[in-house]
Amino acid sequence: MSETVNGVVFVILAFASIGGAVGMLTTRNIIHAAFWLLEVMVAVGGLYLLLSAEFLAVVQILVYAGAISVLMLFAIMLTLRCREDSVCPVEISIGGGVLSAVFGTVMYVAVARYGDRIAEMPASVPDTAALGELLFTKWALPFEVASLVLLVALVGAVWWSREED
Amino acid sequence: MSAVSALILPVLAAVGLMLVNGVVLIYMLRKVLGHLHLRLGPTHVGPKGIVQTTADVLKLLSKEDVRPNGADRWMYVLGPVIVFVPSLMAYAAIPFSETLRITRLDTGLLYTFAVLSLVPLGVIMAGWASANKYSLIGALRAAAQQVAYEVPLLLSVLPVVMIAGSLDLGEIVAFQTGVWMGVVPRWFVLLMVPSFVIFMIAALCELNQTPFDMSEAESELVAGFATEYSSMKFGLIFLSEFSNSFVISALAVTLFFGGWTLPFVPESILAPIAPIVFVAKTYAGIFVFMWIRGTLPRVRIDHLMNLGWKWLIPASLVWIMLVGVVMKLAAPGGVG
Repeated sequence: MSETVNGVVFVILAFASIGGAVGMLTTRNIIHAAFWLLEVMVAVGGLYLLLSAEFLAVVQILVYAGAISVLMLFAIMLTLRCREDSVCPVEISIGGGVLSAVFGTVMYVAVARYGDRIAEMPASVPDTAALGELLFTKWALPFEVASLVLLVALVGAVWWSREED
Repeated sequence: MSAVSALILPVLAAVGLMLVNGVVLIYMLRKVLGHLHLRLGPTHVGPKGIVQTTADVLKLLSKEDVRPNGADRWMYVLGPVIVFVPSLMAYAAIPFSETLRITRLDTGLLYTFAVLSLVPLGVIMAGWASANKYSLIGALRAAAQQVAYEVPLLLSVLPVVMIAGSLDLGEIVAFQTGVWMGVVPRWFVLLMVPSFVIFMIAALCELNQTPFDMSEAESELVAGFATEYSSMKFGLIFLSEFSNSFVISALAVTLFFGGWTLPFVPESILAPIAPIVFVAKTYAGIFVFMWIRGTLPRVRIDHLMNLGWKWLIPASLVWIMLVGVVMKLAAPGGVG
């Protein structure tokens, strides 16, 4: 029973996330694209939840769906000069084609070669407190490095926007 | 009870609570704001105008659904739905009593904030899709407000989580039962005054309540993002707004005012009336929100941004650090 339910939910979420990505790439309206991306983020959060990674799912929704996509929409709406600007015609560029071909090849090779190296799922999932404990002891250095990278990006953004005046 | 009905019943109960809460809050808002403004509020329909809201709901349901010509069709329809659904989802983790809740979540507090953070996306969608400049300005303001105030809102509750040692709302309430030194209730509001003040300010902002209701400022933006909506689409937006008031007030009660518990009242007496205590506390919180709404004028948007980024975030960071240091010093086996 539970297996089938999980399977059905997985199929729905998988289609939602991939379909959302396709929708985002094919729409010509940048606002629609942003909302499709949001849909992908929520669907991925659902996939985390399906894997019992409750904390990760909630943080995914909170940070990606709730904050980053709002920020993106905000930036898009601020930079559009008029409503009609949001729709762009299809532009085919050779550079983009080459890039996506390279990326596709790399991804294909990676999945084909290392796809079977997925680790065994643990029997029980650690709760939030255990996750925090691990993050601040065993993985403290990578965690701090990640926050440092974000800080550098922040300082860079401030510097960049100051240069103009 | 079969498995399916066990799943569906709590959801239906939440929808019911949301509808009743909407009707009650509209009446309460009119009466409270009325009296604050030295008016009477509704008086004609029923005793003390109590049936007025019901009549208004029926009117709203029977109105024509108008869609502007230039509107972005699908997004215009989806907008109110995306405003409504997260509001409904937010009820899932709220503990009305020891046993009465939809589900027990290890990350209950974070979950509630996460789903509430989706509401502004519906607002942006609705505002953009309406193809009206007032709607769009309202939506943009909502987005800016949301990005600025979610950070202090989350940071303000961190010290509470640090001391209670759990994100589970039930555990946070359990931590607050009993009294200190025989007289002082163990409520976090007494221990964590800065947290509570920051939480209240950020919560008012998240709720788009006066003095922070720039996204629908009636006097300048008609009705902000909701300008072009009519009939039940408008109804959904408003229902969600009132429901968010309830949820945020319920969170404040859970985090700072001991949830369903009362000090000095033994468990045996409290157990059957716990949900009533919880709802009464929540409505007291909503009354305070309305009181603020009836008292303070609207803040200007740049002042609001300054307050959020330059005062509330640094203040909550400093407070978190202080609480952390004190906890470390006071902990058994700590430095002190």
